[in-house]
Amino acid sequence: MVHKLTIDGKEVAFSEGETLLEVAQRHHKEIPTLCYDTRLEPFGGCRLCIVELEGARNPVASCTTQAAPGMVVRTATEEIEAYRKTLIEMVISENREVDVHPLRGYASGELAKLRDRYAVTPKRELARDRPSRSELGKITGATSGTSKSDDNPFILRDYELCISCYRCVRVCAEQEGDHAITVMNRGFHTQIATEFDGLLKDSACTFCGQCIQTCPTGALADKKAMRAVPVGAVSNRAPLEKTRTICPYCGVGCSVDILTQDEKIVGVHPAMDGPANQGALCVKGQFAYDFVQHPDRLKTPLVREEDGELHEATWEDALDRAAEGFRKTHAAHGRHSIYGIASGRAPSEAAYLMQKFIRAGFGTNYIDNCSRA
Amino acid sequence: MSNPLVDMQKPDVIFCIGTNMTECHPVAATGLKKAVARGAKLIVADPRRIGLAEMSHLYLPLRVGSDTALLLGMAHVIAREGLVDEEFIKNRTVGFDEFFEHISQWTPEWAETITGVPAKDIETAAMWYGSADKSAIYYTLGITEHICGVENVQSLCNLALMTGNIGREGTGINPMRGQNNIQGAGDSGALPNNYPGFQSVTEPANQEKFKREYGTEVELEKGITKVTALELCGDSIHAMLIDGENTLLSDPDRKHCEHALRSLEHLVVIDIFLTETAQLADVVFPATAWGETDGVCTNTERRVQRMRAAVPPPGEAKPDWWIICQLAQRLGFNGFDFDSPTPIFNELCRVSPVYAGLDWERVDKGEYQWPVPHKEHPGTPRLHEGEFVNGRGVFSNVHYRDPAETIDDAFPIWLTTGRRLQSYHTRTQTGRAQGIEYLLPEEALEVNPADIEKWGLTDGEWCKMSSARGSITIKVKAMNRSPRGTVFASFSFADVPVNLLTGSGYDPVTHTAELKVCPVRLEPL
Repeated sequence: MVHKLTIDGKEVAFSEGETLLEVAQRHHKEIPTLCYDTRLEPFGGCRLCIVELEGARNPVASCTTQAAPGMVVRTATEEIEAYRKTLIEMVISENREVDVHPLRGYASGELAKLRDRYAVTPKRELARDRPSRSELGKITGATSGTSKSDDNPFILRDYELCISCYRCVRVCAEQEGDHAITVMNRGFHTQIATEFDGLLKDSACTFCGQCIQTCPTGALADKKAMRAVPVGAVSNRAPLEKTRTICPYCGVGCSVDILTQDEKIVGVHPAMDGPANQGALCVKGQFAYDFVQHPDRLKTPLVREEDGELHEATWEDALDRAAEGFRKTHAAHGRHSIYGIASGRAPSEAAYLMQKFIRAGFGTNYIDNCSRA
Repeated sequence: MSNPLVDMQKPDVIFCIGTNMTECHPVAATGLKKAVARGAKLIVADPRRIGLAEMSHLYLPLRVGSDTALLLGMAHVIAREGLVDEEFIKNRTVGFDEFFEHISQWTPEWAETITGVPAKDIETAAMWYGSADKSAIYYTLGITEHICGVENVQSLCNLALMTGNIGREGTGINPMRGQNNIQGAGDSGALPNNYPGFQSVTEPANQEKFKREYGTEVELEKGITKVTALELCGDSIHAMLIDGENTLLSDPDRKHCEHALRSLEHLVVIDIFLTETAQLADVVFPATAWGETDGVCTNTERRVQRMRAAVPPPGEAKPDWWIICQLAQRLGFNGFDFDSPTPIFNELCRVSPVYAGLDWERVDKGEYQWPVPHKEHPGTPRLHEGEFVNGRGVFSNVHYRDPAETIDDAFPIWLTTGRRLQSYHTRTQTGRAQGIEYLLPEEALEVNPADIEKWGLTDGEWCKMSSARGSITIKVKAMNRSPRGTVFASFSFADVPVNLLTGSGYDPVTHTAELKVCPVRLEPL
């Protein structure tokens, strides 16, 4: 059975179980959110997704309200938009800064984007007693979050930017099933912490980096990516480029975006629409990418010379030498003296050509790959 | 995997055996955790009290190498309790009557004597697996890296066949592949018995096809496996081309392996680093790495996906396909004049029935899981729906066998090996990733605290670990995760070459090494 409700004057269909936010997003309503991550259970914490619902006394959070037949919803009335602006002003007033480096994390620019969209202009009035908190909106007052010093090399815990959306806590519990972090205290004293408020490495944290990537303010940030790019004005840097590929480690085949700047890999983002991972990654896929541009990489062919050592060689010489060796062995011992081992790490084109090299070239089936170890 | 990764959230009962998924396939494990949070029951069989065991509803701590006995005992209970799916057995399988008779002797009490798992827990596991609507099996190398790897897999198939837990959502027999393109390497025909797309090399029609395709004579016999080839190095094998494998560290019995590679007249290695294996080569070619190479890979659920270059390679490094083409052309081989990976993959699709409906453009978004037999086909997320490729599912009347070596007075402790979350294989990659050392600075042997005392060792100190093949020194770490009498180490660290010790035997069919079982002796240094 098809259910219908009305959004901004238009009757639309929805399926059982959908929330008002989901229905609205399907119809391209740009409803602001901060605590929302499509992969997580709706939370209703930030209240930015409020909509006007006919018959309800107050605006309702669209992310936690199930769509029901006959509902009449208005997503962006003047009143609703004014509420949202005030909410953003209040959120920003608690934070040290709003403009953060995009390498902090996948979603780290969400708060800054909403500030711009709602034209929340910081007055930059320095409160005398809190000189470090410089970028304030028209609302001033108490702040929340104390940054945590943690010597781990991957996850920055800059809680002065925390807005208590709990996305990190929820992604760790719901998406990863690790429950490594939780919420401590309430109100302005709210703090994200591990059990016993210690270091991440002493907790159940696996350093998968999911908390970094869902954080909408950069409070949790990718230390490794930030180390890769020298601090400086955003405008002075070459643009970040993203290349969609598949993680180089296990066989799950997680989709990732490699982040590059000036031909340097500076980080990895999970692909939220990756068919095998839907945004999830592990510590290797998230952080162990820099072997690629490591100084140990082989840069030229090497050939063993008469002194018994490997020496750098040109491609011409190395290829000639390699071919000559196979030719000699083939002549002396026949086709069954040559064996090929294909890689389980290189793309399929390499494996395909390896087997063709042996089969079409030497006329044998003396080919295998590294799956037996 | 018979079933797609998304199915991991859907079973009522999940049976994990020989898979340390939270460390080795962490993202896949998140699916299982969600299933458990939703109310699915989790049964975990593993010698070590791994992370999955901690979150399980029923943990079966079996002795290393006793999987077949455990699974026979479970099959016995399922049959005894009448939990078989008679409809499925009648319509889709053969050999159940003989199998029914075969398993009548393998009681859970017998299985307890082999595995050390209490008979009542084996019964509970069988009852759960057999009575749920949707039961799914997940396994990894803990099943296959044994001399009885084939029997282990057949035993799992028996369970799925007798209960009809295959060919439906949330069920299946699901091995997790361990390398990003190990599935693709097999798909592409880098196997001694199969042409691309798992077409048997001994089938005359396939031989004709590839004779025509490659314009050369083809071999009529199966080739030999890598394990056999390494055995024959210096004897009848005299030259090797190895692409991107650190054979020396990843394979069992390192001394033997090094001797084998050194006895070759000609060794050519293609790799991104000067690995321990590349150091033995006569010629080393620098390959482009991940992030520098365009190509296609296939994941554990048979999903065919594109990898893309993001940065230029260092120095003169070249893609693997280019290197092989250049070498082939110098040897006068035809059919290697490629100038990009695209026509190579398209040729693979043309000759492979499971990729026939694919090409370079169609795999752009990673939507297809093979088999994709033609261009209109949507792909096959779930195998064996409706029917098996080879007709009917066959029950296997397997028998339990002891590991190749069993503990004795000289080597009284079981060593089992594997990976750790933070490192990968022989650390050619993770060992060069900044920050990983903070989480995993060194290798250590996980020993039960009571065994530390028993063997006179000290937690945090070095010890000597010996097997019939050699000795290494390794740091001792007290871990309750290891049961009494069994120790664990990864093979990742070059300075702790655990594969000096392993290599007691191989599965006679697959030639997979028994890396999961190796009797050892521990002595304080």
